[in-house]
Amino acid sequence: MRRAAYRSSRLGERALTAFALLTFAFLYAPIAVLIVFSFNDSPILVFPLSNLSFKWYGELFSDGDLLRSVANSFLVAGGVVPLTLLLGVPLAFALDRFSFVGKALFERVMLVPLIVPGLITGLALLLVFTQTGFRLSLVSIMIGHSIFVLPIVVIQVYARLRRFDRSMEEASLDLGATRVQTFWRITLPNIKTAILGSALLGLTLSFDEVAIAFFLTANDNTLPMHIWSMLRHGITPQINAIGTITIVVSILLIVVSLRLLETKK
Amino acid sequence: MTSEAAVSGGSAAKALRRKRLALFLLCFGPPFLYLICFMILPYGNVFQYSFWKKELYTVAAEFNWENYARVWTNPLYRTVLFNSLEVAAIVTVCANLVGYPLAYFLAFVARKHRTLLYFLVIAPLWTSFLLRVFVWKLILGVDGIINGVLIYIGLIDEPMSIIIYNRFSVCLTLVYIFIPFVALPVYAALEKIPREYVEASMDLGAGRWRTFVRVILPLSIPGVIAGSIFTFCLSFGDFVTPTLLGGPSGIMIGNIIIGQFGAAFDWPFGSALAVVILLVVLAMIALAAAAEPRAKARIA
Repeated sequence: MRRAAYRSSRLGERALTAFALLTFAFLYAPIAVLIVFSFNDSPILVFPLSNLSFKWYGELFSDGDLLRSVANSFLVAGGVVPLTLLLGVPLAFALDRFSFVGKALFERVMLVPLIVPGLITGLALLLVFTQTGFRLSLVSIMIGHSIFVLPIVVIQVYARLRRFDRSMEEASLDLGATRVQTFWRITLPNIKTAILGSALLGLTLSFDEVAIAFFLTANDNTLPMHIWSMLRHGITPQINAIGTITIVVSILLIVVSLRLLETKK
Repeated sequence: MTSEAAVSGGSAAKALRRKRLALFLLCFGPPFLYLICFMILPYGNVFQYSFWKKELYTVAAEFNWENYARVWTNPLYRTVLFNSLEVAAIVTVCANLVGYPLAYFLAFVARKHRTLLYFLVIAPLWTSFLLRVFVWKLILGVDGIINGVLIYIGLIDEPMSIIIYNRFSVCLTLVYIFIPFVALPVYAALEKIPREYVEASMDLGAGRWRTFVRVILPLSIPGVIAGSIFTFCLSFGDFVTPTLLGGPSGIMIGNIIIGQFGAAFDWPFGSALAVVILLVVLAMIALAAAAEPRAKARIA
C-alpha cells in the first residue's frame, strides 16, 4: 500500500480514532434509546427503566389506524418506485448517450428537489393541485415523493452508465445483434444492480417521508403522518415500538441496497 | 456515432439520425414533461401565489407586495426569519466540525473495517428522520434520560428544563441529523484526492500539518461545500424539529409556514415565506457555484 506514506502521527491517529468513536456513539445512542424504551414496561417514559415487556409491540397489531397507515405507505411507495424507475432509467440513459442544449443546466435543476426542504415541495404541489381541482389522495403523496426520488434514481443509474464499458455494446453490435437486443442483453444487465439499489432506496425514503406528505394528505395517513399525529397527541410508548421496527427494516433494506449499488471491482 | 454515419452514406445516415432523435425524445421527453408539470411549474407557481392576497375565505389574484412587506416589517416574522438563518448557520458549522474529522478518520485513519464504518455513517440517513428527531424528546425532556441519570446519581435534585424546548435543543437535534450529510460528501472528496499529490507534498518536505492545510484541505472543499449546502438549506426549512423540540424560543420559519397553511389559512402569505426559503436555497447554490472554481483555482 503506497497510501502509508501519508499518515497522521501516532497521537493524531489516536485522537482521531477517539473522536470518531465518540461521534459514532453520538449517532447511535439515540437509536439505542428508542429500542430500549420500546421494551420498557411502564407507560410513562421515565428513567430508570422498569421491566422488560413486549406489550407495546402487541398493541401495535391491534391498532387498526396504524395498520391502515402502514398499508397506505406501502401503496404510496409501491407507486413511487415503478414511477421513478420508468421515468428515471430512460432519463439517465438519455443523459449518458446524448448531448443537447442546456444539458448542464438540466442536470443541475433536476437536483433542486434534493436541496429544497420537503415542506416547500409539498406546498408547491398543494397549490397546483387545489387550483386545478386535482383531489388530494395517496396519488398526490406519490407524485410528491416521486419529485425527490427521481433525481436519486437518475444519479445512481447515470453514474453506473458512465462507468460502463461501451465496447461491450459495440462487440454485441458487431456480432450482429440489433440495438434493441444489445440493450436488453448487454446494457440492462450491467445496470441492473444500480436500478435495484435505487429502487430500494426510493422505497425506504418514500416510506419515511413526512414533510411532503404533510401537505398532500387528505384522509388516508401514511405511516410517518400517523406517527406525527400520535406525537402531537403526546408521547405514547407504542411509538418506540413502531420506531424500532421501522429502523430495523430500514437498516436491512439499506444493507441490501448498498450491496447492490456498490460497484463490482 | 458520427463516424458510423459517415461510413453508411447519405440517406442511411439521415435515417439513423432520425432514429436517434426518436430514441432521445422517447427517453428524455416523458421525464422532462413530468418534471415541468410537477416540479418547475409548482415551484414557479409559489412565486406567483406569494403576490396574491388572502380575502376572507378565498384568495384574490391581485398583484401586491403586501405579503413580503409583512415578512419584513412585522417584528415577529423578521425575528423568526433571522432565528432560522442563525440556527441553519450554527448547525452547518457544527455539523462540519464533527463531520469533517469523521470523514477524515474514515479516509486516512481507519484501515480495518472501513466498509462497516462507512455503513455506520450512511445508515442513519436512511432511517426515519421523524423518529430520530422524536427520540431527542426522550433524551432531553423533563422526564428524559439526561435528567433521570443526573437525578439518579445525585448531581441535581430537580429536573432541568433548560435543555429542551429552546434553540439549543433544536440545534443539537439538527446537528445530530446532519452529521452524515457532511461526512459523506467530504469522505467522497477525500477519497478522490490522488495519493501522488499527498506523497509529492511529503517528499518535498512539507510536514503532515502543512500537507493537510495546503493539499488535502483545499482538495476536500467541494465535499465541504456540498455537505454544507444540504445542511444549511434543509435545516433552514425544517419544521419537524422545531415543532417537536423548539418551544417558544425555537420557532423557525417552517413553523410559521405550516401555520399559514393550517389554522391561519393564509396561503399567499405562507407562499411568500416559502419563496424566502426558495431564494435562500437558490442563493446557496449560486454561492457554491461561485466558490467551487475558486477552490479549484487555488490548488491549480
